[in-house]
Amino acid sequence: MLKLNTLGALALSAITASAGWAAESSDPIRLTLHDWSGQLINTKIMGSILQEAGYNVEYVQADYIAQFAGLKTGDLHLAMEIWETTGREALDEATATGNVVNVGETGLMAIEEWWYPSYMKERCPGLPNWEALKDCAEEFATAETAPNGRYVGGPVTWGGFDDERVEALELDFEVVHAGTDAALFAELESAYQRQDPVILWVYVPHWAPAKYEGEFVEFPPYTPECYSDPSVGVNPDMAYDCGKPRGPIWKAAWSGLKDKWPGAYDIIEDYRLSNEEMSAMVGEADLDGVEIDTVVANWMTENKDRWSGWVNQ
Amino acid sequence: MIRRLDNRALIVCALIVVTIVLGQFGRDLSKALDMRWLVKFPSAWVVSFKDPISAGIKWLVEEAAIGPVSFTDVTRAIAWMIEQPYELLLNLLSKGFTSGQGSAEVTLLPAVSWIVVTTAVVAFGKYCRDWGLAALVGACFLYLAIFGQWDSAMVTLASVMIAVPIGAGGGLMIGIWAYRHPVGERLLSPVLDLMQTIPIFAYLVPILFMFGFGPVSALVATIIYATPPMVRITIMALKAVDPEIVDFGRMVGTTERQLMWRVLVPSASHSLMVGVNQVIMLTLNMVIIASMIGAGGLGFDVLAALRRLDIGAGFEAGIAIVVLAIAVDRLSQAFAERMGQITPPVHGQSWVTRHKRTTLVVVLLGLTWVLGRFAPALLDYPDSHTLTTGHFWDDVVKYLNVNYFDTFEAVKVFFLQYFMLPIKRTLLGIPWPWAIAMLTLLGWRAGGWRLALLCGGLSGLIAITGLWAKAMVTVYLCGASVILATVIGVPLGVLAALNRRAGTAIGLLIDTLQTLPSFVYLIPVVMLFRVGDFTAMIAIVLYALAPAVRYAAHGIRNVSSDLIEAGIVSGCTPRQLLRLVRMPLALPEILLGINQTIMLALSMLVITALVGTRDLGQEVYIALTKADTGRGLVAGLAIAFIAIIADRLVNAGARGARIRFGLES
Repeated sequence: MLKLNTLGALALSAITASAGWAAESSDPIRLTLHDWSGQLINTKIMGSILQEAGYNVEYVQADYIAQFAGLKTGDLHLAMEIWETTGREALDEATATGNVVNVGETGLMAIEEWWYPSYMKERCPGLPNWEALKDCAEEFATAETAPNGRYVGGPVTWGGFDDERVEALELDFEVVHAGTDAALFAELESAYQRQDPVILWVYVPHWAPAKYEGEFVEFPPYTPECYSDPSVGVNPDMAYDCGKPRGPIWKAAWSGLKDKWPGAYDIIEDYRLSNEEMSAMVGEADLDGVEIDTVVANWMTENKDRWSGWVNQ
Repeated sequence: MIRRLDNRALIVCALIVVTIVLGQFGRDLSKALDMRWLVKFPSAWVVSFKDPISAGIKWLVEEAAIGPVSFTDVTRAIAWMIEQPYELLLNLLSKGFTSGQGSAEVTLLPAVSWIVVTTAVVAFGKYCRDWGLAALVGACFLYLAIFGQWDSAMVTLASVMIAVPIGAGGGLMIGIWAYRHPVGERLLSPVLDLMQTIPIFAYLVPILFMFGFGPVSALVATIIYATPPMVRITIMALKAVDPEIVDFGRMVGTTERQLMWRVLVPSASHSLMVGVNQVIMLTLNMVIIASMIGAGGLGFDVLAALRRLDIGAGFEAGIAIVVLAIAVDRLSQAFAERMGQITPPVHGQSWVTRHKRTTLVVVLLGLTWVLGRFAPALLDYPDSHTLTTGHFWDDVVKYLNVNYFDTFEAVKVFFLQYFMLPIKRTLLGIPWPWAIAMLTLLGWRAGGWRLALLCGGLSGLIAITGLWAKAMVTVYLCGASVILATVIGVPLGVLAALNRRAGTAIGLLIDTLQTLPSFVYLIPVVMLFRVGDFTAMIAIVLYALAPAVRYAAHGIRNVSSDLIEAGIVSGCTPRQLLRLVRMPLALPEILLGINQTIMLALSMLVITALVGTRDLGQEVYIALTKADTGRGLVAGLAIAFIAIIADRLVNAGARGARIRFGLES
């Protein structure tokens, strides 16, 4: 009897659900894909959930920043990873036009900071405290930068204020900007193979901390005042005398999405992942060579209750 | 007369010396005179072009309209027209035909099987030329299947099959129009320069607005980039048709149309195919950038592999692009040749006997579609049988890195200290008014007051946009690379022309370098040489080498045999023959090769920005990531101006050389 009841309830919910879908558009919801595994996994999980909920989904390859052009016109509908740290400016500009909305956090937190491999601790014992860098800058020097240490920063487009930080904290380092993410980690891979000194910009969620042993440097913690007010912080005369801000990774959508697929919008709003989950999945994909679709399918079966909760609300 | 010449040479020498000295000490001098503005263009004088340009583009995209039809409607309609054949091809080659969407999707017909595609290209190769070609293209496509690149390669192939006909056909039409209307040619020339030299990132954002997000925008960008050589070569080839042939055509009473299509175009077909080859190469060149805005395919595989530092996978996907380029290029050339011949129609046999190959392919297609339901391997190459050499490449790079890093470092430091940094310091030290004056003077000497005006005007524009310093870094990076590429490339070209076997090997190397996405070797180079200008220079040299080699070889080969005979008769040794006869006569061609090298070097700037150079390429890249259309276009135009100045000066120089050798009056 009980069994019959649940079956009946299921059938009923299926009917109401399908009635719900009928009201919404059967056009595909377009999700953007970029070129890093974490984003692909994140997007494909979202896409799979939407598909399970009965929506049509289409994945479109797009550039991280250029995608906003598509989100504004409604050519694209949903971007799953806009990092507070690198995409905030573009996101704010887009939401200001009224054609793009911020659908909230993905639950992932971006951390970006100076990072060094563990073997550097022997050569510079004071680490991870940032003040150790003052004494052993020379350990990090190369022929071109000596006697200053060489710090490989992210592409200029990532911002990050490293040049200012070096000056404000009076570190004897020269900031060399890698042009891309790939070049940045190529530097790390190369130095790690040789066990040579290296200190560079690393961010998580990313596969690098899983592959290489190492730590983030501990700078004085970030506060908004530290960036805006010179008198705050270690150096009374200069701003940027602290670490980098950490922040959420946002979901951004075309503003028409809410009207066209209201149910989908609710699911997207509820969607949350954690850093640990994501790091594990990125590691599986990039280091163990598991196909991204397999990683996504595994997550879907393991977390059925969680995502069913988002769908059925 | 001799005295005057001497005087002139003296003045030239003196000016060069003054320029270099100024470059060395300009900075100190301007400080001593308290005239910092001499070296650093004062920001108060900068005219901001970027805001009006941004506003203009915004207006074009959002408001411009003729009556009820807005500008974006027109561009979207064009996008739709390109999209239809593309979707068809994509479904046919990669996705399969489906009905319904999402979970209700039903596959009506799967994509064409890898067996059928490979058989079809082999049959086509045999039809166009012989079994040799068939074997080559067959091997190319088998590589794609066996190395697990098939699906991505078919996506790329679909976009190539759309972009190349539009680029080549459109280029031919525009070229013919310009040939008929000399005014058109003059108008077109600067437009072509801009199309070729403004980095694609500079106009990416407006294109996305106009043509929508996805593969079509990527196709449009590709076509913009790949068409100009076709136009240029068409104009040149039509002009080069023997006037006697044209007269003959007129005498037999052809109409204008007949004269063009029955006489001129067939006579020029050989040169025209060079243009098609260029379109194909440039299209495949764009694969990486196109994949960033939604084209997917092999370009995306390269990018994704390198983001996880999987050098082997990136390399394999890169080689797949090369392989695809070789197959498409060889097939299209053979096909054009075949079209040029007249084959007598065969009568009296059944259709099937006359079209054995087509029948075979169609039968196979049907068979795989029917049997594929039961044996999936007939449709998709089985994953379990794919090969990979990925780890091998990772290990090679690791081995070099661990064992030879110090050697690489020493080489790098040597080049930086004695070659690159002196050039950089000098260029950045030259006061900008002096540099503009010198360029104007150079223009005047090489090509009269028009060229002087052009050089002065364009370099002046760069200065007042406030991009002078970044432009000088650009000139330094490209200049150093072009010097190296010439030093390596010209001897290689000479060798290729004189020795047939070396010629084949060098030809293959050059084709590979031009189509292998530079990103593939950029990352290993970063691992061995670290981020910086030297790495950027290696990437530029590798990419820009091709024209230096090609034109040099072409020039040496084309020296008239009468002159060589005359040289031999008068007792030249082979070495003297090369030094006194071949080289001087090939000089104009070599100069044109250097001209193209400069163009390619400039077009690499956007890629080198990815390894952290601080030039105009970086400016464009920053503008892209900030979606600042105006800023990107201004920096893009500055690059184009540098290219145009270099192009005009070198061309004028080449013309001067030809006149001196009596090849042109």
